[in-house]
Amino acid sequence: MSILPPIGTALPALTLPPLNRATLALYAGGSGDHVPLHIDAAFAKNAGYPDVFMHGMLGMAYVGRMLTEWMPQSRLKQFSGRFVAITYPDEQLTATGRVVEHGAGGVPGQLRVDVTLANAAGEPKFTGGAVFEA
Amino acid sequence: MIDRANIGRTFPPFEVEVDKSRLRLFAKAIGETRPVYLDEAAARAAGYRSLLAPPTFVNCLAADDPRGFQYLQDLGVPMARMLHAEQTFNYRGPLCAGDRVVVERRVADIYDKKGGALEFIRFELTVRNAADGTLIADCISLLAIRNEVAR
Repeated sequence: MSILPPIGTALPALTLPPLNRATLALYAGGSGDHVPLHIDAAFAKNAGYPDVFMHGMLGMAYVGRMLTEWMPQSRLKQFSGRFVAITYPDEQLTATGRVVEHGAGGVPGQLRVDVTLANAAGEPKFTGGAVFEA
Repeated sequence: MIDRANIGRTFPPFEVEVDKSRLRLFAKAIGETRPVYLDEAAARAAGYRSLLAPPTFVNCLAADDPRGFQYLQDLGVPMARMLHAEQTFNYRGPLCAGDRVVVERRVADIYDKKGGALEFIRFELTVRNAADGTLIADCISLLAIRNEVAR
């Protein structure tokens, strides 16, 4: 068994470019989530939002990139989190993570990391965790 | 309010083939540029059958339901007042281009908070290999619905 990274180890952060509407359109196509709140500003305004906003699952996909750049995807056993705030165009997001537990789920070789996706002001958008088999 | 008798309800399973060009579009949308997600030879060299699906992609198979959003209509969920609150993935094996999978959706729970102003539905999506039934992943989505409550 390989040696687990120590508790407190920070994962290399993933900094994204400012969110734009073209990315939302691409994600709608690639994911199959065509809910107009994310791509049609008139629809979003009619539903009471100031503008279109990011698919929560796009934010989670960014966090997934950070996780799998740190450790191979084949070792990822669980990935979960909460969508805590809406992200609008021009917001700039950064994904961060930290090792918080060894022996996650009672399995000696597993480790847990906590993850956060936040904007430039530090406002969290997604908070969660992942379990890897080391 | 959504009828609690729907807890445990399942919807007709459907079969999907994971498409290479869709995986490439998904990778582009999330800014993923590593070869294992885009280049078949690189994916094979890394030990995969074909292009690897990024970890959150498996939940996108839900969008391939031939009944569309009928499952939400069956439950009486108002889509304009619905938000994704939480998501969990449990992984058992890789999902790759060319895989044929069977997707099944189940209502795991329905509950409310704040005197009914917020209602929650937990869906479980299981994704299995169509040939042998092996579990690839399960995807648990918690949806929140904002209700107007008379005061």
